[in-house]
Amino acid sequence: MINLIYGIAGTFVLGVFAILFGLSVKGIDRKISARMQWRIGPPLRQPFRDVRKLLLKDNVLPDNAVPWIYNAAPIICLASLITILLFIPIGSIPAVLGSSGDIIVVLYLLIVPSIAIIVGGFSSGSPFASVGAQREMVLLISYELPLSMIIFTFAWAYSVLYPGIPALSFSTFEKYPIWNQFSPIGMFGVGIFLIIALLVTTAEMAKIPFDIPEAETEIAEGVFVEYSGRNFALFYLADAVKIVVLSAIIIAIFFPYNLSPWLSAYITLPHWLWYVVDVLFFMLKVVVLSIIAVTFLRTALARLKVDQIVRIYWFHLFIAGVAAMILIALDTMGVL
Amino acid sequence: MCAKLTKALDKSLWVFHVNSGSCNGCDIEILAALTPRYDAERFGVHLVGTPRHADVLLVTGPVTRDMEEKLKRIYEMTPDPKVVIAVGTCGVSGGVFHESYNLVGPIDRVIPVDIYVPGCPPRPEAIIDAVVKAWLKLERLRGEGGEQ
Ligand code: SF4
Repeated sequence: MINLIYGIAGTFVLGVFAILFGLSVKGIDRKISARMQWRIGPPLRQPFRDVRKLLLKDNVLPDNAVPWIYNAAPIICLASLITILLFIPIGSIPAVLGSSGDIIVVLYLLIVPSIAIIVGGFSSGSPFASVGAQREMVLLISYELPLSMIIFTFAWAYSVLYPGIPALSFSTFEKYPIWNQFSPIGMFGVGIFLIIALLVTTAEMAKIPFDIPEAETEIAEGVFVEYSGRNFALFYLADAVKIVVLSAIIIAIFFPYNLSPWLSAYITLPHWLWYVVDVLFFMLKVVVLSIIAVTFLRTALARLKVDQIVRIYWFHLFIAGVAAMILIALDTMGVL
Repeated sequence: MCAKLTKALDKSLWVFHVNSGSCNGCDIEILAALTPRYDAERFGVHLVGTPRHADVLLVTGPVTRDMEEKLKRIYEMTPDPKVVIAVGTCGVSGGVFHESYNLVGPIDRVIPVDIYVPGCPPRPEAIIDAVVKAWLKLERLRGEGGEQ
């Protein structure tokens, strides 16, 4: 019973937190992108205004759309993203559903938002949306391989180094930070994996240079071409929450550090305040990661073609991933 | 619905650009208005790729026979509340093409126009000014909504 109440309250609080924080990150992203182009840029609260405006607009249902799928897709997209957050520790607060799922669940749930977008695109009955949905599928197939490579390499390393612990659980990553396990050679491999993870984030966000599913200049916003009003506002929110989720996954795997163990030696604060400090530190990490993975790339580069993107993920990043895997494997087995 | 309009709408106008037969001069000026130099995004103006997301239709040029039906369809595709801005002398009156056998006429003969931006082509400042002033029309809608 207590668990149930904790779960429901946690979901609610996390959902509100993720939406508000995600919109703020989006505002920071737009501001920094503007500054990179020597513009003034919109105010930080612009995404909040956009959402409020979208909620006021007409919600158009195209004649040849499949109504229930068309309306359900945005809700599934947002809900699945918030569900992922329940499995990831935020700062020093353990994951709400941490005991019932590990990284495998997150990996699978991570596909659901993309599937929702694809299904929504196909169900809206527009040729542009179909093309966009097919491109989203291509993107999904492209980045899944490097992403799973990262996670399974680390899990294997943990299972060799610490036999008997749950190697795929986020608490293991938190207890034994990945950078401390290896000599410089293995750390180099981890660095390569970090770069791959950041590039996977960009693709998962479908931002330039990987924004082929919604390329507005060629296929008129692609998958979202028919969405308007409330439905589009939900997709907008999902986009904002997504960057928080993806950054939280990278943080949980690569940077599971908290301020409280280090600072508590110098300052004494009430117990609950340390949680606040850690959550603020977590938010800072999310902002930094999103600036690196999304803002810089999308301002500095142009859109790639579909085949170029597939080649980058299946060829270049795959080779880099195999190299990193070999480095980590040699290091773990003590060959070097 | 009009009564529900809030200030949020005024500061977040998404623009869809329709060329209904212009000579491309006005379109280049619209693009100029979106470049970093003029920075229309600081007012929340954002160029979108589909009329379904748009609040403002920027229509350039006189309406040719070919574009008449398409322009009407785009107008109907745009969800309410919406604003139509005619950019360029051609869109306002027919301009240099007013005698052409190929024209239906100025834009307001096909769809209702709220704001006119004359000039051949108008300066980017004028276009940005028109988009930002679109809230005047929205404010009027709000006033009417309040009375009902
Ligand atoms: S107003 Fe001038 S620049 Fe604009 S479409 Fe007409 S002729 Fe071209």
